[in-house]
Amino acid sequence: MPLYYTQDHEWIDVDGDTGTVGITDYAQGQLGDITFVELPEAGSTLKKGDAPCVVDSVKAASDVYAPVSGTVTEANAALEGEPELVNTDPEQGGWLFRLTLSDTSELDGLMDRVAYDEFVAGL
Amino acid sequence: MTAVNTAGWRPEMGPAQHPDHEDAPRPTNSGDRALMLEEALIFELGRFGSTGVDIDDAEFEPMGALAGFLRKAAPALPGLTEPETVRHYTRLSRQNYAIDLGPFPLGSCTMKHNPRLNEKVARMAGFADIHPLQPVQTVQGGLKVINELAHWLITLTGMHGVAMTPKAGAHGELCGVLCIKAAITARGEDRTVMLVPESAHGTNPATAAFAGFAIENIPATAEGRVDLEALKARLGPDVAGVMITNPNTCGLFERDMKAISDAVHAAGGYVYCDGANFNAIVGKVRPGDLGVDAMHINLHKTFSTPHGGGGPGSGPVVLSKALCPYGPIPFTELFEDGHLTLVDEETGGARQPHSFGRMAAFHGQMGMFTRALTYMLSHGADGLRQVAEDAVLNANYVLRSLDGELDAPFGASGPCMHEALFSDDNLPEGFSTLDIAKGLIDEGFHPMTVYFPLVVHGAMLIEPTETESKAGLDRFISSLRSLARRAKAGDTSLKSAPHFAPRRRLDETQAARKPVLAWRGDSAA
Repeated sequence: MPLYYTQDHEWIDVDGDTGTVGITDYAQGQLGDITFVELPEAGSTLKKGDAPCVVDSVKAASDVYAPVSGTVTEANAALEGEPELVNTDPEQGGWLFRLTLSDTSELDGLMDRVAYDEFVAGL
Repeated sequence: MTAVNTAGWRPEMGPAQHPDHEDAPRPTNSGDRALMLEEALIFELGRFGSTGVDIDDAEFEPMGALAGFLRKAAPALPGLTEPETVRHYTRLSRQNYAIDLGPFPLGSCTMKHNPRLNEKVARMAGFADIHPLQPVQTVQGGLKVINELAHWLITLTGMHGVAMTPKAGAHGELCGVLCIKAAITARGEDRTVMLVPESAHGTNPATAAFAGFAIENIPATAEGRVDLEALKARLGPDVAGVMITNPNTCGLFERDMKAISDAVHAAGGYVYCDGANFNAIVGKVRPGDLGVDAMHINLHKTFSTPHGGGGPGSGPVVLSKALCPYGPIPFTELFEDGHLTLVDEETGGARQPHSFGRMAAFHGQMGMFTRALTYMLSHGADGLRQVAEDAVLNANYVLRSLDGELDAPFGASGPCMHEALFSDDNLPEGFSTLDIAKGLIDEGFHPMTVYFPLVVHGAMLIEPTETESKAGLDRFISSLRSLARRAKAGDTSLKSAPHFAPRRRLDETQAARKPVLAWRGDSAA
């Protein structure tokens, strides 16, 4: 399954027209200990760049942006009791929500892992 | 550096300093350490049956609709005698830190000294013992204070009118944004977007969203100011206005303010200025000259009325000629014969027909009005100008004194205004802004604002205000410098600071993730 990354430090893992979205290990490291995650409702439609999700840490509350447009199918319910999953396993078990992509061509503007690592190294 | 207690002697020092020494201090039986008193929770102190109040044993006959809600068991309230209660809160108050104890360099908060003259005037019976429902002819002095303060706020800001009733900064923001909304509605337009730069106060987007606007960010330039070109590019028929904090949260004056206002006005929008940092420019700059349409003034910051646990805020909003017709009621009106009246729903129908309504039940924070007016009149025009100059001078002294010790991301943008902003860039791996802040507690200072503004990594925002003397600033700077050097030397004890506070470093993560907010009896202990 191909992984894509944004300049706002979200990742999206795509399988057919289904995408799983989370924040990167770099992002969780910058935020510090996550204390609460506000998740989107299943069924809500997102435009690329919308902020359906808020991640609270001891330092700040940060919006998570939709890397692509689509309809939310599921949010990671495990985060309600264990927001720390975003810290301990950001790119696997700490995923935030899944969505059905409405336009897979939007993925073309995103970075792959190599490009993202270079982007982060330049920050 | 001016040091106190130069001999460095402390009661716990001496030959028995080392814990292994036979004369080392033993833990006390009580847990108190001389005058450093430990204190239990009031629930742990109290007993059922103790009370400081004499209540007759009376039989109550439950009756009426509430009879079914009669308690079956006694409430779990702690019972304490009057002296126990007084001692409990007095002991706790001694563990507090306050502006009356030392510097309170909390950036963006303007924790300046509250002159005692303000308190004396506010306690005068003619101000302290009046009631907002008294007939206006019996409170002419009180109304005159409101009117006089309004006059000087308008004069200092170069604006057209002022709404005195908002109760604090964010309440004032809401008042200003509601004026903008009413003005747009009156023009028959539908503008739904409020632009908020990254360098604005965090309350600005919250206020605009609460008033029903969609928020769009405008980026900051590399030097920490609003990106004028990005702002111009976004203006259009859907933009209601812009909310700008000036001086901004990077501690910088928005030099392009007039150009920003002109561009926003040309596009049909309004300019809200967050005036929380007015103390840096009072007597020097009139926001009205910069094209501002609405700006709140934190009397509890710029005009020295107490806050942060010491008293309520007060956030009058000055308005441009364009927005005045939509301002809230009530307000005072002075007649030629010198008497004052209050323009409200009953008296003001024709006087303020387009008002969007009320922000408060009554006239505003009367106690803060008397204090603020006292501060203004006791300082005078030259004094207020010096307040701004000294606040800015003090912040620049802090900024430049820490050159080479802490990284100042906008240090190259020229002098700062009333607050100095540092980042964690100069701290070695493993040390954070939080460690410096906690170290300051051990040094006997209230920490600075940390991790705000968000545009700077690991931000430390220091606002000394005009209150601090050079000697006081030197002590603070010396402490901060020593903390930065301890971090650079890899002193890991800094990572577990504070060591000398009544409580060690708290687990902020657990406190946020699994907060315990209510006493649950012994099971919670």
